[in-house]
Amino acid sequence: MQIKESTEVYDVIIVGSGAGGGMATKQLADAGLNVAVVEAGPFFDPADPKTMTQLKWSYESPRRGAGTTRAFGEWDMAYGGWEIEGEPYTHEEGTKFDWFRSHMLGGRTNHWGRISLRFGPKDFKGKTRDGHGDDWPIGYEDVKPYYDKVDKLLGVFGTNEGLENDPDGFFLPPPKPRLHELFYIEGAKKTGIPVIPSRMSMLTKKINNDRGVCFYCGQCGRSCSVYADFSSGSCLIFPAQKSGGQVKIFVNSVVREITTNEEGKATGVSYISKDDRKEYKLKGKVVVLAASACSSARILLNSKSKQHPNGLGNSSDVVGKYLHDSTGSSRAGFIPGLMNRDVSYNEDGVGGMHVYSPWWGDNSKLDFPRGYHIEVWGGMGMPNYGFGWNPNEFNKFFNLPIGGYGDSLRDDVKKYYGSVIGFGGRGEGIARKENYCEIDPTTVDQFGIPVLKFNYKWSDLEKKQAKHMQATFEELIHNMGGTPLGDTPTKEQDYGLLAPGRIIHEVGTTRMGDDPKTSVTNKYQQLHDVDNVFIVDAGPFVSQADKNCTWTILALSWRASDYIIEQLKQQNI
Amino acid sequence: MDRRKSIQTIILGAGAAGLAFHGCKTEGDSKVGEEMVQTDEKYFGRTPEELELIQKLNEEELFNAHELETIAVLSTVILPPKEPHGGPLEANVPEFIEFMGKDIPELQTTLLGGLMWLDHKCNTEYGTEFKTATLEQQKAILDTIAFHDPEVPLEEQALELQFFSLMRGLTVTGYYTSKVGIADLGYKGNMPNVWDGVPEAVLEKHGMAYDPEWVAKCVDQSKRGVIAEWDENGNLLT
Repeated sequence: MQIKESTEVYDVIIVGSGAGGGMATKQLADAGLNVAVVEAGPFFDPADPKTMTQLKWSYESPRRGAGTTRAFGEWDMAYGGWEIEGEPYTHEEGTKFDWFRSHMLGGRTNHWGRISLRFGPKDFKGKTRDGHGDDWPIGYEDVKPYYDKVDKLLGVFGTNEGLENDPDGFFLPPPKPRLHELFYIEGAKKTGIPVIPSRMSMLTKKINNDRGVCFYCGQCGRSCSVYADFSSGSCLIFPAQKSGGQVKIFVNSVVREITTNEEGKATGVSYISKDDRKEYKLKGKVVVLAASACSSARILLNSKSKQHPNGLGNSSDVVGKYLHDSTGSSRAGFIPGLMNRDVSYNEDGVGGMHVYSPWWGDNSKLDFPRGYHIEVWGGMGMPNYGFGWNPNEFNKFFNLPIGGYGDSLRDDVKKYYGSVIGFGGRGEGIARKENYCEIDPTTVDQFGIPVLKFNYKWSDLEKKQAKHMQATFEELIHNMGGTPLGDTPTKEQDYGLLAPGRIIHEVGTTRMGDDPKTSVTNKYQQLHDVDNVFIVDAGPFVSQADKNCTWTILALSWRASDYIIEQLKQQNI
Repeated sequence: MDRRKSIQTIILGAGAAGLAFHGCKTEGDSKVGEEMVQTDEKYFGRTPEELELIQKLNEEELFNAHELETIAVLSTVILPPKEPHGGPLEANVPEFIEFMGKDIPELQTTLLGGLMWLDHKCNTEYGTEFKTATLEQQKAILDTIAFHDPEVPLEEQALELQFFSLMRGLTVTGYYTSKVGIADLGYKGNMPNVWDGVPEAVLEKHGMAYDPEWVAKCVDQSKRGVIAEWDENGNLLT
């Protein structure tokens, strides 16, 4: 079989269409470059009624929203999940990592939580602060102008609070808190935990004439059909095409490797088309990887050649190393004050929380070095699969019988509807060389591409942080007059610390740095080894903060794109 | 024939029609902003592969007619129909339970085995199958399996208790995820609207109040259609 090669030479080939790839597409196409976007999944437009799940009712599906084919329930807009048939990954014995992939135009931005937090000045200088991990080669001042531009281009609601490590921005006004969030604000006050309006990328107000304004269905996880939430396809890639940019999208195209020439420079990519299962080649002057931290590392490691025997950009042997996800531990509580809800009004709100708590602690006085923020959920949501499990379990708090049948079940369901509040602690773990992904030479996926093998263990530092989360959640629930549900997770259960990968904030596999011996890219996310290859997903992160990574991916991708444009102009690459 | 469509015929044709609740009606509620968003009732957002799976499952048969009738009878004892929002049959609970049994095969043994247990028990005690027993007899049997010890994990309890717990969970889920069940619950969401905070009466009922300082920072919904502009310090001007 002959590999089919395109004759067209693109200025830039972008691998992946999520946050990083979408932003690079927008910036590079707007600058007049001829761009090819290569996406492993199908085309997706949130406005297409055929694929749209927004405003569907539970009863429109025979499984009423159950998560059989989609990990977060069948309305969630991610094509993929923790496991994808025909695309396995493996583990070093005794270690854990759950890898969430979404193969579709826009990638995981179609379903993400839209929690859009800037990293603060301290987050770029972890080592200086507490001796753990490493400092970034850049600081907040380098990224701030890009955060500002991202805020204005894409829209994020929030408030300027003047907090040192949770910087102000250009915010749209936030929605008012819901009832359970008012309970949370009260409860947190008693313990001295700050609560501020959340910072999320939904349009509570118009930002331009191309995107709609939020109509408060609470379903951003389904991707908004009027483009009122930030998804990469609807808010970056389509606008790039609309404004006349040269953007050619290759869907259902799985990149196998980056091709190189005798000098070791990148010449393009080779990919497998899912449509005919044949291999193709695209030629480009610059290759930008944005396939997600682990997928990009995999592509580099699989791109072996005479010039790059250890994989592309891997002379340092650092590709795949320093993999880290946010820490996460969750808890829910039953709040009697939220019983017998008045259902006369619609409180769907935006998808997710209207308020949250940024990290408030002083780590120098705690037994773990990095912080976490608290996410809050609750309210009167649409019933979906699972709604009726143990409908009167909370009778136990009133010494009433649990179980039974008959008319009383209706009363029980209504009595307890909306009376649960839940917390997710999302914190920073330490980036470690010992936590990594590598190529498993014994296993390939259905396209014949060698797969990743993961090796990841939490340390005591992350476990102690989770212990603190649980103690905080219990205190908050008690403050709200409630009772925590389930038992306190024990030491043996790692205090409820979820397996790495579960928070879906994996970063760090191609970290940036000034020293080519200890990092994969320079501070502009350009490979040290190959000057026409860039990485604009979360791979170049030196450390995760106690923030969600997307807003920083977007800012850094814009920054790297500016650098690419500049370097092309100066004919340096 | 589509299995899903045939179930109601099987149940109603076989004498369970008396269980159905008549005259139930739910009314739609038209709200602000509906014109902004276009939905198409022909689709519910499945990929071609997902549609294929659903079609395949719909063609399979998990329960025979007797078992479906038993499920219909049992579900209406668990959650009797009530004015004005009907009960499990109006919510297509038997169809839903059969589909889930096929969609999540791990449920099958508990469901099939539990149904057999129910008839065996009823035959032993009263010389009749569960579906034809009197309501008093049915309740007498259910009373022995409807209250499990919450301190012991369900999977360590007898099959019939697991079966009832699963049936109750599926019945209540099936009902409250249906059009009639959502109307019974009173859920008002899943439609375009403009959120402007908790109604005053609700705040009062729960002893809560908005902090004026907080509310001052929140969106002025009368200006939601005005394009945002800021000064150089990030203060919103519009």
